Amino acid sequence: MRDAFAHSLFEAAKACPDIFMVVADISPAASLNNFRNDFPTRVLDVGIAEQTMISLCAGLAIRGFRPFAYTISNFTIYRPFEQVRVDLAYQQLPVTLVGVGGGMSYSALGATHHTIEDIAVLGALPNLTILAPSDPSEVRESVLAITKQNNPVYLRLGKAGEPNLTAEAPEPFVLGTPRLIRKGEKVAFLGYGPILSFAFDAAKLIQERKSVQPAIYSIHTPKPLDADVIKRILTSYDHIVTIEEHVGQGSLAQQIKALAWECQSKARIHTYHLKDEYIHLYGSQNELRTAHGITPARMADSVTPLL
Amino acid sequence: MSYDIPAAKLRCKNYRRRILDLSQKLGALHIAPAYSCLEILDTIYFGLMKREGDHPDTFILSKGHGAIAWYTILEKIGVLTPRQFETCCQSGSHLGGHPDRGNPGVEASTGSLGHGFPIALGIARAEVERQTHASLFTVISDGELFEGSTWESFLVAPNLKINNITVFIDNNGSISRGSIAEHHPNLNPIVPKISAFGWDVREVDGHDIGNILDVARSKSPGKPLAIVARTVKGKGVSFMENKPIWAYRSPNPEEYQIAIKEVEGA
Repeated sequence: MRDAFAHSLFEAAKACPDIFMVVADISPAASLNNFRNDFPTRVLDVGIAEQTMISLCAGLAIRGFRPFAYTISNFTIYRPFEQVRVDLAYQQLPVTLVGVGGGMSYSALGATHHTIEDIAVLGALPNLTILAPSDPSEVRESVLAITKQNNPVYLRLGKAGEPNLTAEAPEPFVLGTPRLIRKGEKVAFLGYGPILSFAFDAAKLIQERKSVQPAIYSIHTPKPLDADVIKRILTSYDHIVTIEEHVGQGSLAQQIKALAWECQSKARIHTYHLKDEYIHLYGSQNELRTAHGITPARMADSVTPLL
Repeated sequence: MSYDIPAAKLRCKNYRRRILDLSQKLGALHIAPAYSCLEILDTIYFGLMKREGDHPDTFILSKGHGAIAWYTILEKIGVLTPRQFETCCQSGSHLGGHPDRGNPGVEASTGSLGHGFPIALGIARAEVERQTHASLFTVISDGELFEGSTWESFLVAPNLKINNITVFIDNNGSISRGSIAEHHPNLNPIVPKISAFGWDVREVDGHDIGNILDVARSKSPGKPLAIVARTVKGKGVSFMENKPIWAYRSPNPEEYQIAIKEVEGA
């Protein structure tokens, strides 16, 4: 995802002379070198000074530039949160906050480097759009879409090596619209970010056991969430399974449940999100997901007996 | 640019009167922190800023709680109407106690400390990229020297070679609890701290208009300039000077009369 982002931004910068890349002592993959070589004045490294990174981007945006502020996601949004709120959301400036390593991508580094409350925290800010693409292809689509936005955006990325989930998606990527990425019936998985690969694994298990092919939706735009489309989904399937690498408070799951009540959905809703807990455990990202109770097998197990 | 010092002094007297008059419509107003920076603001607008042409200079008030001082200047140059000024903070007004982007002449919303300065740095860098040769002026409070983001910005500006900026520090020596020297003595000395980050740093009497102008005009193009302006909170009204309570309070009618006399007699 990191490479897809850096490459897409370089391509976008060729077409748009207003794009700036502002980083806080981090290099977003080798592709940044292309950006630096071709547009040396449009890459700024402020050092480990995240608050100034955000405010400086606000200043660039005031003069018509389109800055992308890039660092590890917890440092992009939590450290300078008040700058994000006051300088970007309040003043509605088109700065993109790029967070690499969303969720628990840095699984061996501990919760100081995890970003598992971002949808809740940033979702509360008026004017701000949140994009959480599920794979490198959606990262490319996201960058293209962002360049047409006139408000602040948070782009939640994974790290590296994420599988491609949307190559055969029946629907195109449209910012703000939940995207059907695999057709199906009776069961619909809804989620965002690379953990959506678990939906494919769980769907495979369900299909093996019950010959039912579940549908899968990428909710690549957690905010603003398209309530009409979500309600249509909620009234089209018997089982809705939400999956996200995020705590339960302020989660997609909570929003889905609220919308289900509004539209009197009869669907059974199964929610998979992180525990309300910082788990002091190190290892692979999947090991941490398991510790939080999220596995494809558990998801399949909760749905299969009810089909 | 010609700058007539007696005319400037008269303007500053009028700003103080306008602010006092407004205070009688509002239960609370940041009078004292406004009075400490009036001479600085007048010098910036009438002596330093290029305000005409395709690429004018930009002013950002980082110490947003000095908004009312800025509004008097914006009214004087015709950017704000007298009605806009007189209805500030009142029912239906879009002009509030802190500067809000979108209001005439206001390019950045400030009020939370330590934001306007780095925003000004971003605008300054944008002007370099656009090759406009425009400059940035900003006023920060000495209270903002407590914020980490301010020191980040002092560090970042020379590293990124952002030189087209002049930062005034309204050094009235006072924060909400009272004297900085008494409660937080290690904030001082200020000059060597900023100087160590690679800035040109100068000190002036922040109420001596001619002194401010001379020092600011001597800026070298190769470095950002910080001007530590020694000021008096509540300057011009004896009972307000350096009294923390006047950071955010309006005078009652009797106090107003005394204050007006002092301002007029100055």
